[in-house]
Amino acid sequence: MASRLLLRFGALGYLVVLLLAPVVMITYRTFEHGVAPVVSALSSPTAHHAIYLSILVTLIAVPLNVAFGLVAGVAIARRRMPAGRAVNLLVNLPFAMSPVVIGLALYTLYGRGGWLGDWLSAHGIQVLFSLPALVLATTFVSLPFVVREVVPVLEEIGTDQEQAAATLGAGSMTTFWRITLPALRWALAYGVVLTAARALGEFGAVSIVSGNIVGQTQTLPLLVEERFRNFDAVGAYSAGFALALISLFIVAAMTVLSRRKEH
Amino acid sequence: MSIDAMNVTKQFGDFAALRDVSVSIDRGKLTALLGPSGGGKSTLLRIIAGLEKPDSGRVYIDGQDMTDVPARRRGIGFVFQHYAAFPHMTVWDNVAFGLRVAKADKVTTKRRVDELLELVHLAGLSRRYPSELSGGQRQRMALARALAVEPRLLLLDEPFGALDVKVREELRTWLRQLHEQVNATTVFVTHDQEEAMELADQIVLINAGQVEQIGPPEELYDHPATPFVMSFLGATTKLGDALVRPHDIEVLADTSHGSHQAMIERVLGLGFHSRVDAVLADGSTVTVQLTRAHAQQLELSVGDIVFLRQMPGTTVTAVAPSAAAEAVPDG
Repeated sequence: MASRLLLRFGALGYLVVLLLAPVVMITYRTFEHGVAPVVSALSSPTAHHAIYLSILVTLIAVPLNVAFGLVAGVAIARRRMPAGRAVNLLVNLPFAMSPVVIGLALYTLYGRGGWLGDWLSAHGIQVLFSLPALVLATTFVSLPFVVREVVPVLEEIGTDQEQAAATLGAGSMTTFWRITLPALRWALAYGVVLTAARALGEFGAVSIVSGNIVGQTQTLPLLVEERFRNFDAVGAYSAGFALALISLFIVAAMTVLSRRKEH
Repeated sequence: MSIDAMNVTKQFGDFAALRDVSVSIDRGKLTALLGPSGGGKSTLLRIIAGLEKPDSGRVYIDGQDMTDVPARRRGIGFVFQHYAAFPHMTVWDNVAFGLRVAKADKVTTKRRVDELLELVHLAGLSRRYPSELSGGQRQRMALARALAVEPRLLLLDEPFGALDVKVREELRTWLRQLHEQVNATTVFVTHDQEEAMELADQIVLINAGQVEQIGPPEELYDHPATPFVMSFLGATTKLGDALVRPHDIEVLADTSHGSHQAMIERVLGLGFHSRVDAVLADGSTVTVQLTRAHAQQLELSVGDIVFLRQMPGTTVTAVAPSAAAEAVPDG
């Protein structure tokens, strides 16, 4: 009994110190001098653009990773082919690599002298230090989440339902839309939340390929870091708070949406 | 519709599920694919359905080669052991699925679905979700769903395997009636010989990837082609060099032609019948089944010397390789 209590409170205390305390602290510091400084810190055109850019990049990266995650998930879970196994291994790469290294890798590929960089700039396409680089880096680092959520669910539900649909006359597209996809909706919702949170918060890879150009390629995390470096503590906290608020909004929205489609 | 599977072979990795199997199933009949687990019967059913591709051999439905036709164009209804219900749809939508895929008009769909739900006694539960149904109800829903597209062939893979004994017996009787009503050719897989004997017009007994025997239940019971068939379809006991049914042994007081001397080891009253265990001279034990009245009339008691003889005209096969004795149905 005593040991169980100890375990329970030990785990709780650990989480409080490790996770909750820093969040409470930064929230406290943000609003230490009231709401007015926060509002003004978030009202500058720089802040507006950073918020806009972070949301835009997330809105592009999430659908890309959902589409890829579904295709790759089905390939891994349903097709017994060597390519599926290779995909399964490759998908983990973003987890295994430091975001900074991912940024460097993209930099060397798309920069001057890179395999793709020279060819693309010869065709008038600028990747580095512009939106495409931000999207590439963000999509890369947040790629595994949807796949990792979808594959176990596909494996668990098995093929009975899909085969039943086939015997009832459904083609593979009908079966996918009406049987497989509805079974995956929880996994997808969770995958979307994780992907969006990761995409919004991405710093390392983006900081390398974006060039951090104020008002152009500066995302919200980059703004936080820049303000922090310039001793603008309230500005940094405020931007960080905005970031957390957007993430919370996404989590809440997905929860409401998937609940509405319950059953 | 008639089904002909010709020289069908199917291998899963190193495991030979079916080895050169040829089976003909008559139209309108209720046929059981019976056999021990892992014997290949489900694989054969799934190959007929088009859910599995044979490595070699052909499948004909009504004389038409269907081997390369996908499942959805074979005009079949398939019922899975674990129901394969669509969990995000109501009972009504589950049953309507096939009709909607076929783009049937709304009036027809509604009439047909309501009719089928009536038939499977689920009319009152049409707005429920599968998770709110019992196992037996789910399986009836799955049947209605399969019947909605008016299949020429109804295929059921261990349809009652996941249900408890009482529900299973109810559904058996009901499946028999349903088969008469819908007038489709019906094939079901089972490892339960009682279920096969009770339901089927014809039994295909499959073991170790091969067909042991095909025929009506009585024929398989009375004229088993192999010791395996004999021991799979009912109790057997060894009397000398022969495999005999325990109720086909006579207990005599005196020796006669072909009888074996034995000493009674045990007499058990089991309600309407009695079981007698006796030891032969060679040390082997024979089990005899008698009516209770007959046993009392013989006044058998432990230690008595009697003579056992197989009743004339009864089923007997030569003693099987030991594998047959172990092949007790697991259902």
